Amino acid sequence: MNKIWLIIQREFLTRVQKKSFLITTILVPLVFPAIIGVLVYIMKKEAESAKADTVQVVDESGKFIFENTKRYNFVPLSLSIDKAKDAYKQTKDFALLYIPPFDINKPEGMIIYTKENPSIEKVGGLESIIQDRIRDLKLEAYKIDKETLKSLKVSVNLKQINISETGEEKSSNSGILYGLGFLLGILIYMFVLVYGIQIMQGVIDEKTSKIVEVIVSSVKPFQLMLGKIIGIASVGLVQFTIWIILITVLSSGVLGYFGLKMPQKQAMEEVAKQVGDEDVKQAMDQQDKQINELLGNLSQIPFGKIAFVFVFYFMGGYLLYGALFAAVGSAVESMQESQQFQFPITLPLLIGYFGLFMFILRDPHGPVSFWLSVIPFTSPVAMVGRIAFDVPTWELVLSMVLLIGGFLFTTWIAGRIYRVGILMTGTKVSWKVLAKWFFMKS
Amino acid sequence: MDALIAKNVTKVYAEHKALDNVSLTIPEKTIFGLLGPNGAGKTTLIRIINQIINSDSGEILIFGEKLKPNHIEIIGYLPEERGLYKKMKVGEQLLYLAQLKGLSRKDAMARIKIWLEKFEIKDWWHKKVEDLSKGMAQKVQFISTVLHEPKLIILDEPFSGFDPVNAQLITEKILELKENGSTIIFSTHRMETVESLCDHIALINKSKKILEGPKKQVKEQFRSNTFLIEHRGNHFTLPSEKYEVKSQTRIEDDLFSTTLKAADGIKGNQVIKDLIDITEVYSFQEKLPTMADIFINLVKADGDDALRKHLQEV
Repeated sequence: MNKIWLIIQREFLTRVQKKSFLITTILVPLVFPAIIGVLVYIMKKEAESAKADTVQVVDESGKFIFENTKRYNFVPLSLSIDKAKDAYKQTKDFALLYIPPFDINKPEGMIIYTKENPSIEKVGGLESIIQDRIRDLKLEAYKIDKETLKSLKVSVNLKQINISETGEEKSSNSGILYGLGFLLGILIYMFVLVYGIQIMQGVIDEKTSKIVEVIVSSVKPFQLMLGKIIGIASVGLVQFTIWIILITVLSSGVLGYFGLKMPQKQAMEEVAKQVGDEDVKQAMDQQDKQINELLGNLSQIPFGKIAFVFVFYFMGGYLLYGALFAAVGSAVESMQESQQFQFPITLPLLIGYFGLFMFILRDPHGPVSFWLSVIPFTSPVAMVGRIAFDVPTWELVLSMVLLIGGFLFTTWIAGRIYRVGILMTGTKVSWKVLAKWFFMKS
Repeated sequence: MDALIAKNVTKVYAEHKALDNVSLTIPEKTIFGLLGPNGAGKTTLIRIINQIINSDSGEILIFGEKLKPNHIEIIGYLPEERGLYKKMKVGEQLLYLAQLKGLSRKDAMARIKIWLEKFEIKDWWHKKVEDLSKGMAQKVQFISTVLHEPKLIILDEPFSGFDPVNAQLITEKILELKENGSTIIFSTHRMETVESLCDHIALINKSKKILEGPKKQVKEQFRSNTFLIEHRGNHFTLPSEKYEVKSQTRIEDDLFSTTLKAADGIKGNQVIKDLIDITEVYSFQEKLPTMADIFINLVKADGDDALRKHLQEV
């Protein structure tokens, strides 16, 4: 036991003391807040510097009264369209809008002339202004006043409530659950793959540097394998913890620095300021209510449970695949040679990964989702993706027990291959050879 | 007491028998040469002693005790296929390997310092192994083998990778270890090493032990009553029932060198007597077999029982 501890220590310290560890551990969390920071910065700059675009208007219908907005400056022209076009060419204005006489039931023939391809956003903005005006004209034609119209507007938001068997009611929000499941599932997939390959690399290094025979004259091959797997796991956990802390702190720091509010709300406030419209205010209240509800829902998600399940499957999946990666590393003599075995052993992990998108997140309680989250080879990704959707306790327990059984099983198989493989050099390894090693008596 | 006794050790792999009923006795405080061609089974036997693999049948006793896990702490093993962690520093590496052999960190530290001083490489502590030359790394490797003061040291081709100066240095250290009471098992092809260092030898060929004993006794056993004579003039005949001339070469002018094999029962003195009468003898010596001769002859003859018997008789 003492010797496994020594091995774990060595595996951990030699990796943590590397410069590359320090660099990735610090740089990766910086990347996220940096991206957020840059995006926010650019958005803010753009919003500040955005000038209103000048739009020349030739209105032959006489139905339009254009008011300047924050985005557009309208210049009505009383020229013919051909002359206006010639004049427009000499100016630096954004666009020339031509409105021919038209029937409000069939508004057609409007043209926008520009010098460059305008963004959809800018054209869309103009379109909605025109649409609004035509709608108002129609309302007038139907003799409906605005007040009546407002009272006709209805907004409905379905509140989701899950009723559990005990009769307890819980608000839920499938959007958040989807996001959470998605994130956690991918994290596990990446962790298992990245650190599994590190195990394999470590084993190959020991074999090719030929230190392995010296080591196994002091410890059992199984102890060496286990020590390496656990040592690298602790590197992963440490790195991960640092990342989460740094990302959280830095991201909130960046957001705080720019004094950012929910972007939607910010936009609406601005609109309200400008227009002073009751409509918008009401919508804003609605939005506030929704946000409060969202926060309420968030507090109802059992984060403690999810965190526990996440760490459990994180470790379980890593140990299960880590042992297999160690076995492959013991059999081959270079990373290239390992390719032929790498794909088959990571295939179930990949199935779990695709299952996450195709089944788990769409139909968390369907039969395929059930099996994916119970079979030990796919369960680390699948169950973690599913856990936020209230998995029945018995399914969770079954899945956990099977996962423990699963990694004991793969560790046993891997141990048998490993003990022979690390001392074999110059053998062309195939699946048949691996099987022979497995059955070789010790 | 004997340092190691192997009784009827057999190991079978899927395709072949690696060791076939091998028995050995290695006396304490000796240097024991374990000889044999490549693939004879030496490494398998060494791995069994180190408990890296298990034998299928047979028994191994270490200082009178049946082989058990904690014996690895009194064994120091330098494998033929050896290496170190390239990215680790010399000091850390030695510390780690010593601790794996059961030394406490404090003891290990103290002993590493002593050994680094012995090899005059005190300033290597912070050097990475990948920055060392092959010979330098071998020194570190040797230190790691003996740090825990093992009572039984197993060295598999210890001199490969050393220049003559360092080979001499290692030889001195090996003799020093023997003086201090360690038993050393040498596995090697280098017969000159065996000739100069080993007290006992065993020869393994094709998974079987074919020869074992003290070096002197083995040499005695393979004496062939052959003499090497330098003499002037070669115009003589010896009675063919008593002597057989194996070879004769001219050294210069009238000076010849003759290898002469005498019939059983004819001693050196008798040979001289017979020769003085017929030629002028310049030098005379019995030609004792070298370990290399014995090794090559036995291995060549193995599998050919008639030839082997013949070789052992003559």
